[in-house]
Amino acid sequence: MKFDTPATTNPIDRLKVVGQPVDRIDGPFKTTGTAHYAYEQHEAVPHHAYGYVVGSSIAKGRIVSIDLTRAQRAPGVLAIVTAKTAGKLDKGKFNTARLLGGPEIEHYHQAVAVVVAETFEQARAAAQLVRVDYARSPGKFDLAAAKDSARKPDRGKSDTAVGDFAAGFAASAVKLDAMYTTPDHSHAMMEPHASIAAWEGDKLTLWTANQMIDWGRGDVAITLGIPKENVRLISPYIGGGFGGKLFVRSDALLAALGARAAKRPVAVALPRPFMINNTTHRPATIQRIRIGASKDGKIQAIGHESWSGDLPGGDPETAVQQTRLLYAGANRMTATRLAVLDLPEGNAMRAPGEASGLMALEIAIDEMAEKLGMDPVEFRILNDTQVDPEKPDRPFSQRRLVECLRTGAKRFGWEHRATRPATRRDGRWLVGMGMAAAFRNNLVMKSGARVRLDRNGRVTVETDMTDIGTGSYTIIAQTAAEMMGLPLDRIDVRLGDSTFPVSSGSGGQWGGNSSTAGVYAACVKLREAIAQKLGLDPNAANFEDGKVAVGQRSVPITQAAAAGDVVAEDSMEYGDLGKRYQQSTFGAHFVEARVDAATGEIRVDRMLAVCAAGRILNPKSARSQVIGAMTMGVGAALMEELVVDRRLGFFVNHDLAGYEVPVHADIPHQDVVFLDETDPMSSPMKAKGVGELGICGVAAAVANAVYNATGVRVRDYPVTLDKFIDTLPPVA
Amino acid sequence: MKPFTYERATTPAAAASAAARVPGAKFIAGGTNLLDLMKIGVEEPAHLIDVNGLDLDTIEPTDEGGLRLGAMVRNTDLAADARIRRDYPLLSRALLAGASGQLRNKATTGGNLLQRTRCPYFYDTNQACNKRLPGSGCAAIGGFSRQHAIVGASKSCIAVHPSDMAVAMRALDATVETVRPDGSTRRIPIADFHTLPGNTPHIENVLAPGELITAVTLPRPVGGTQLYHKVRDRASYAFALVSVAMIVQPDGSGRVALGGVAHKPWRVEAAETEFPKGAKAVATRLLAGAQPTEGNAFKVTLVERTIAASLAEAKEAKA
Ligand SMILES: Cc1cc2nc3c(=O)[nH]c(=O)nc-3n(C[C@H](O)[C@H](O)[C@H](O)COP(=O)(O)OP(=O)(O)OC[C@H]3O[C@@H](n4cnc5c(N)ncnc54)[C@H](O)[C@@H]3O)c2cc1C
Ligand code: SF4
Repeated sequence: MKFDTPATTNPIDRLKVVGQPVDRIDGPFKTTGTAHYAYEQHEAVPHHAYGYVVGSSIAKGRIVSIDLTRAQRAPGVLAIVTAKTAGKLDKGKFNTARLLGGPEIEHYHQAVAVVVAETFEQARAAAQLVRVDYARSPGKFDLAAAKDSARKPDRGKSDTAVGDFAAGFAASAVKLDAMYTTPDHSHAMMEPHASIAAWEGDKLTLWTANQMIDWGRGDVAITLGIPKENVRLISPYIGGGFGGKLFVRSDALLAALGARAAKRPVAVALPRPFMINNTTHRPATIQRIRIGASKDGKIQAIGHESWSGDLPGGDPETAVQQTRLLYAGANRMTATRLAVLDLPEGNAMRAPGEASGLMALEIAIDEMAEKLGMDPVEFRILNDTQVDPEKPDRPFSQRRLVECLRTGAKRFGWEHRATRPATRRDGRWLVGMGMAAAFRNNLVMKSGARVRLDRNGRVTVETDMTDIGTGSYTIIAQTAAEMMGLPLDRIDVRLGDSTFPVSSGSGGQWGGNSSTAGVYAACVKLREAIAQKLGLDPNAANFEDGKVAVGQRSVPITQAAAAGDVVAEDSMEYGDLGKRYQQSTFGAHFVEARVDAATGEIRVDRMLAVCAAGRILNPKSARSQVIGAMTMGVGAALMEELVVDRRLGFFVNHDLAGYEVPVHADIPHQDVVFLDETDPMSSPMKAKGVGELGICGVAAAVANAVYNATGVRVRDYPVTLDKFIDTLPPVA
Repeated sequence: MKPFTYERATTPAAAASAAARVPGAKFIAGGTNLLDLMKIGVEEPAHLIDVNGLDLDTIEPTDEGGLRLGAMVRNTDLAADARIRRDYPLLSRALLAGASGQLRNKATTGGNLLQRTRCPYFYDTNQACNKRLPGSGCAAIGGFSRQHAIVGASKSCIAVHPSDMAVAMRALDATVETVRPDGSTRRIPIADFHTLPGNTPHIENVLAPGELITAVTLPRPVGGTQLYHKVRDRASYAFALVSVAMIVQPDGSGRVALGGVAHKPWRVEAAETEFPKGAKAVATRLLAGAQPTEGNAFKVTLVERTIAASLAEAKEAKA
């Protein structure tokens, strides 16, 4: 099915099941430990061995020699694979660095060997006996130092310009020109990257934690040099990904290589430090923002430049993206520059681009409002745009940012914010409020599904879509139930298997809308097939309460499958509505924070997000997504930083004791409001994404609240007490 | 992890003599620190002596009017003990500021005193670290040192002792009781228990090989207002950037010990004579000769401000 004209009324609009806050179908399995993650597939693969990865201890250079003698003799060892013994390996389409290094080493903890043994403990003990002799070569590890060597990236738009930014900025009455930095971030999801590999002849099955089954299947095939048909990926449950599991990582490859060498299925999980230095991370940025406005607060010129680094062949963090679309202004420019850094591979993490970009932009907007003597909410409203500012004849499909801002301000009690910073005090605490706009583009991806009605009246949905903790199982079941006029408990959803139709996968907040749209398409086909079997006019048939009805005639849906299952398969593809209309999601974040006047410790008190993101398919799971994202935003604001050792070239704080993420005590009262919205341009579901919108702008709202509390502006994240303690007034 | 042998000790003296008998032996109590380090190859004991079964898990009054805390008393139980909460609230607060509920349920009095530094380079066996591998160098110097020491450090090591409990015990003048492999016992004032790194950062305390901690004794309660102020980037489950353990008496005199600044709980008794002059004077004496790194110079300011906040709070509590 192709979606190329705006959606009209369809069965989803009944909202009997879709749009209801139903519980997650997978919830009971997860809380009882019966949802088996990749590394726990002991029933599917009973006698597997364990592989333990050896990572490079240098950041750049070459392996001179590897001594495996002691490791090979260690108890229980079955096989050891290195680049030398692995056979020819290619690099996956989505990988920047090779998953098995050697002799050349591209980054710290790049895998150089996998040791396979009977037990996990034996594999780990033997891995610690592998001796690798390296020759280091000098590398570049410092983004600030490499900034001036940064170049236009090979892929993507590196520069945009509209009007005359330089002249517009120069002529503006009120100006801001400021630099901001964001550090490298780790996805830090609970479940580590983990895989079990089993070969049957030349066919490989991988149980693996992966967000994008088809991409993964393709990259495993490319890397191993085998036909894609010979690879099966299975990923029914994923313990969080945040982009860290978009691509095949070393656990999957080394499980496959280990299993081939040991002639036994092999399980490999990456230990936490490897998740940080072996896999991907959100790259650090340096950003320059210039905004010029007239005295009455209209933006005349807006410019955003961003620098980030990656391994050779890698990509930039596209931090300027939202600045092209968020605010009005006739004169505009953006520039993206990429430096070569020999740190581990940078890549997508929750809301890539916007998350980092808004961390800077939304502080800058706060600074501008202050310079103008305007309320930051009003300043944003004044500079709203209903069209793409670069192409004024291209409207937004929906844009209710102003309503988000106004609703949020009202519900949060924004009028109680002190307009002068550092003037509100509560005992030993300085108290402040801050806010920011949220913006994240809406992406749609082709997505397919297969649906089957059986004679018991149950409908089974199969798609290689993944549920990374987001609620995919549930919203897909809701979609099928709504389409087929069945109660939710008559739907079975099977996900994450590459033998199922290819879906959108989970990423870029496209999964919810795109995968359910694919299920919609398949259900439309199934409805036709069922109506035909029942001798009813498919176009007139109404599917409701387990019956199919046309006029007076009403037949139980089960009758259609009396002689055998009815099966339909289809996918949803997209026309050019995304080109004709700018599709984005919007929100506003409000934060109250307090700062210990003596120590500078920052604690968030309460948070509110108001989101306009199309139809909300399940308000409960959507809310969970947004509060999780807000929590991550607090982390980005106040504590998360992968610290680079600029001499040795690696992230030093590579465990969860050193890389701090918020704990319960950090997360106070959170409120989420969804505006009642449908977007007929996005899909027949009229939905968009929320999982990434929720993090966009949060960190800036926190930083702005801290500024409002202390009067000290910190432009380098995370906002930690060491960056401003010297400027706090003496302790009373 | 290196393969190891394991035994359960039956008496403290037997545990100590077993430890001396088997080369490379270590005691294991709650295991919350030791097991983590074994898994990543930082600690490689050949033999573990489990001391969990020893009868050392009670809190008893001493003849001097204080309390004897068995080495195996869990941090959770110690923090919750009514006598501790009434007479030594500082200790209870420090314990509750540390780790998490689950960890405190396992962590023991003895193990907590002997927990090892959280220097990230110590934890990464690829990196130079004199504490882990004497003579290999110190990767933290010139590297990431935000959490590291500002006083008492050396050219060999700038690590800090991460315990909260020990800082309170230092302020309370606790005494560590031990039994040695030959069965003899001794009492070590907590001030002398932990050592500075010097040229031997792998040595962290004065215990002899095989010496087992049996108890920590607290002297008679000293009263006063007792505060433990732990400063950290997140609200819970984080090691201290700095911590201040303070006891202030009604006459304004008091004691102060610091965590997060040195290779051991940091107390300079002479600094306490400065209490009447205020935080700056106290902090200046406490941190005399401080040599922070570029990455942790803020701790000097932070110590002074946290002391000031504690003094202010003590004053308020009295009023
Ligand atoms: C994630 C995390 C966060 C933490 N956060 C904090 C924190 O904020 N503040 C804090 O203070 N601590 C914190 N801790 C550390 C925790 O307090 C210690 O791990 C715990 O106190 C150690 O006690 P244990 O009984 O488990 O020791 P074990 O791990 O069993 O032993 C530690 C050491 O002591 C030796 N030992 C144990 N008992 C004896 C004895 N009786 N005599 C001689 N030697 C002995 C062992 O041989 C070993 O070398 C944290 C730990 C973790 C894992
Ligand atoms: S500070 Fe001490 S523990 Fe850390 S690397 Fe240096 S020697 Fe090792």
